[in-house]
Amino acid sequence: MGFQAYQGEGWLLTKAEQLINWGRSRSPWPFPYGTACCGIELMAALASSYDMARFGAERVGFSPRQCDVLIEAGTITKKMVPVLKTIYAQMAEPKWVIAVGACACTGGVFRTYSTQQGIGSIIPVDVFVPGCPPRPEGILYALLKLLDKIQEDHPLYKKRQEVAEALEAGK
Amino acid sequence: MSLKERVQRCLGDDVIAITEYRGDLGIEVPKGNIVSVLTRLKEDETLGFDFLTDLFGVDNLDYYAKKKKKPKKKAAGEEELVEEEEDKGPPPPRFEVVYLLQALKTNERLQVKIRVPEDDMEVDTITTIWKAADWPEREAFDMFGFKFRGHHNLRRLLMWDEFEDHPLRKDYPLEGKGEERHLSYD
Ligand code: SF4
Repeated sequence: MGFQAYQGEGWLLTKAEQLINWGRSRSPWPFPYGTACCGIELMAALASSYDMARFGAERVGFSPRQCDVLIEAGTITKKMVPVLKTIYAQMAEPKWVIAVGACACTGGVFRTYSTQQGIGSIIPVDVFVPGCPPRPEGILYALLKLLDKIQEDHPLYKKRQEVAEALEAGK
Repeated sequence: MSLKERVQRCLGDDVIAITEYRGDLGIEVPKGNIVSVLTRLKEDETLGFDFLTDLFGVDNLDYYAKKKKKPKKKAAGEEELVEEEEDKGPPPPRFEVVYLLQALKTNERLQVKIRVPEDDMEVDTITTIWKAADWPEREAFDMFGFKFRGHHNLRRLLMWDEFEDHPLRKDYPLEGKGEERHLSYD
């Protein structure tokens, strides 16, 4: 983590990047987007026996503007595609996506005219969870994988690059 | 009187064909008379079919053609494709609309069928008799392309509005023709 905390008055030594990542990875508020049977497994993962809240996914938000992780659990029909796109666009940065189940990953058993063959072609997906449906453990594992990913993120990198480019242009 | 006799007495000449399968009675009626037939079935005192259970379409493309050629077992044991003895004229029209009725008082059921040729997909709406036919008719329009004459809101029910085909038709490929829905804000 890179935290150095001492007793007494106390001070800590860290990098801003690590501090931000630490904060982000400990409060990934999920947006539950359950559209089919996988949604039931998602509910189980959120409910008390599996308790996703242990990993900071405490507050399930039903407004995309207040959520960080879009958990898409279930079949997406082609009719639904614009809705999913809109919801993803409404989420504030930073945002991540977990695709739960064979349907969300590839269309699953529904190789038909009405089913979107995987949401990866519509919105960027961070973690894919295979299975039809995956067990709640699978969903929890996906969340942990996502937290690992967030920890390795460079939240300031874009800014740094912009600054560097601005300096470059100013010369 | 049995249900069959009561239906025949009520409808008279409008019954083109009658079938009975495992205790379920089914009748075929002329396409143009469907509204009057269903009204009579509903209002007849001895029948009282006052509840529309369902309404749906059927596509018989290939069905009759395949039925005609049946493998017949010969004495020697070899199989051969043999045409049925007589040709019964041209095959029946491609589509059907089926109405499932129930009489709530007596708990009797009846299947009413009309045949719809491909080049004349207009069918009279029965939303004037049962309001419940609204969405089933929209679904049948969406999936097969029946034009329900007089329906107050004949839009697609399941597919999106810009979709052009009728996906439950037998000649529509299962995997679709690559249609995508695009977002339009207007
Ligand atoms: S992957 Fe299986 S369980 Fe999940 S939504 Fe699709 S069909 Fe249902």
